[in-house]
Amino acid sequence: MKTSNRLENPAQKMNPIVKEIKRHWQLYLMAAPALIFILVFSYIPMVGLVMAFQDLDLSKGVFTSPWAGLTNFKFLFATTDAWIITRNTVFYNVVFIAGGLVLSVTLALLINEMTSKRLQKILQTIYIMPFFLSMVVVAMIMLSLFHFQFGYVNTIIKGNGGQPVYWYARTDVWWWLLIVVHFWKGIGYSSILYTAVISGISQEFYEAAALDGASRWQQIRYITLPHLRTIMCINLIRSCGNIFRGDFGLFYTVTNNEGALYPVTNILDTYIYNALVTYPNLGMATAAGFYQSIVGFILVLTVNKIVKHMDSDSAMF
Amino acid sequence: MKANRKNVGLRINQISPAGNAVLSTFMILLAAVFVIPVILIICISFSSEDSIYQQGYKFIPTEWSTYAYRYLSQMADGVWVSYANTIFYSVVGTALSLIVMSMFAYVLARREFKARNAFAFYAFFTTLFSGGLVPQYILITQWLEINNTRWVFFLPSMVAAFNVIILRTFIQTTIHESLLESAKLDGASEFQIYLRIVMPLFKAGLASVGLMTFVSKWNDWFTGLTYNYKMELEPIMTFLQRMQRQLDMLSNAKPGNITADMQDMYATIPGITARMAITFVSIVPLLICYPFFQKYFIKGLTIGSVKG
Repeated sequence: MKTSNRLENPAQKMNPIVKEIKRHWQLYLMAAPALIFILVFSYIPMVGLVMAFQDLDLSKGVFTSPWAGLTNFKFLFATTDAWIITRNTVFYNVVFIAGGLVLSVTLALLINEMTSKRLQKILQTIYIMPFFLSMVVVAMIMLSLFHFQFGYVNTIIKGNGGQPVYWYARTDVWWWLLIVVHFWKGIGYSSILYTAVISGISQEFYEAAALDGASRWQQIRYITLPHLRTIMCINLIRSCGNIFRGDFGLFYTVTNNEGALYPVTNILDTYIYNALVTYPNLGMATAAGFYQSIVGFILVLTVNKIVKHMDSDSAMF
Repeated sequence: MKANRKNVGLRINQISPAGNAVLSTFMILLAAVFVIPVILIICISFSSEDSIYQQGYKFIPTEWSTYAYRYLSQMADGVWVSYANTIFYSVVGTALSLIVMSMFAYVLARREFKARNAFAFYAFFTTLFSGGLVPQYILITQWLEINNTRWVFFLPSMVAAFNVIILRTFIQTTIHESLLESAKLDGASEFQIYLRIVMPLFKAGLASVGLMTFVSKWNDWFTGLTYNYKMELEPIMTFLQRMQRQLDMLSNAKPGNITADMQDMYATIPGITARMAITFVSIVPLLICYPFFQKYFIKGLTIGSVKG
């Protein structure tokens, strides 16, 4: 098209791109706001990752601050914090991902096994309720249970003649308590996707299997679960790719940012936040942020490649 | 099985009635576990301050009192300003976000549009890789300087690539390309097509994404915490959090270090029962509404996961 235009009508030297825009100018206009927002709030920050290699002085501005090479990283990885936050972030995510998969699929199966459809609907509505609570509200709930002076748990303990416990310093409790809270809040919601898929499976499969003498458990194993496989894989990839990103709300707000609990509650996100806003220590913050973004990205690509290798339908892209 | 009306809905090979009874009981108890913590909050809010100080939080208040709610209705101005802010940010923010995102999703769904795959990748890539908190913080506070203004509650969260993709899938599955083609032949402009044909037809998509957006904005405490210190702009979740942190700070202060400022601050913080009442009041709208919109959430989830 380009050549014929130029040959036949040399005066019409219109760039094909300009032509395209002229033809669909309304579409470009409609897309423009979103494109701009994405550019400003998603792509420009990506460029900002280079700040990790600078000796940032905000009064001088980002572009005029001196370059510092790997100094920030050297400082970051010299601390024991770097190891602790990495360990915590990955540990909790592995538990959340594996446990989440098992628990939400199990919950979906259990819901589906109940004979009363009405009960199914009502209970499911109740199970997803905590999803609609803000983390701040969850923090208030934890406070009402574990507050040293007034908390319900200590009230019960005192009522039975025991000594109240200062829960917010007990690292041996909070590491699994946070896991419980995470699942309490999210399991109902993550299971509804699976119940939706299960309810869409044709009854014919089950009838045929029953005729062949399959037990209920065998039916679940060979009919229900395979139907869920694609969704499970997609969720798995997405979660694994995010293994370096933590639930900031859970680990910062619900714990009240309690320093005594840091050894088990400090994750990459809370570390970066504190380094940025609370102290601040920009070098650490930018280095940790870069670390998080790059490793996360590599993980997404890797996990997707692995899954693609195994079953190309289940891969994300 | 008898082929009467009651059995029509039964499936082959269900678990036995006895098994069902056990299972159902277990599931109901499980549901109680989900609900009980919230009930605790409600009960505390209906207790009197004194009984709390003396005996701590309880499920059944030793002394019932609507003190907390009277306090809220009479004295706590800051609470209602924050509540109004939450409503404002949620409603307007969701509306604006839906408009911008649905226009974009429409463009992405137009098959004859050559750039659409490039645009789709442009949006999708941001779900894989992100600059993280630090660049965003510097962008918002240093370059755009929208911190401590109302803009910070709208602009950064305006476009969520994930939701755009969900909206696009909704459009593609609900509206057939031929409908758009015939409209074009009739002389409609793209914008008219978007407004008159697409928008009315994919209400379910708008509802799904809109509700998700609304909930996340309503529950957002992070934006206010990180980017704002002006109390009159604060949404209620940030308000609640700030109250709690100020209290923590005050209760941890050594007796000798308490300044006059701190005493003033302490006087303005609502008491325990009042804070529980605020918590309750802040969650009531969502809790009441979500059951009615449950199917939209489910639809949004399924569409979003089937092909990201």
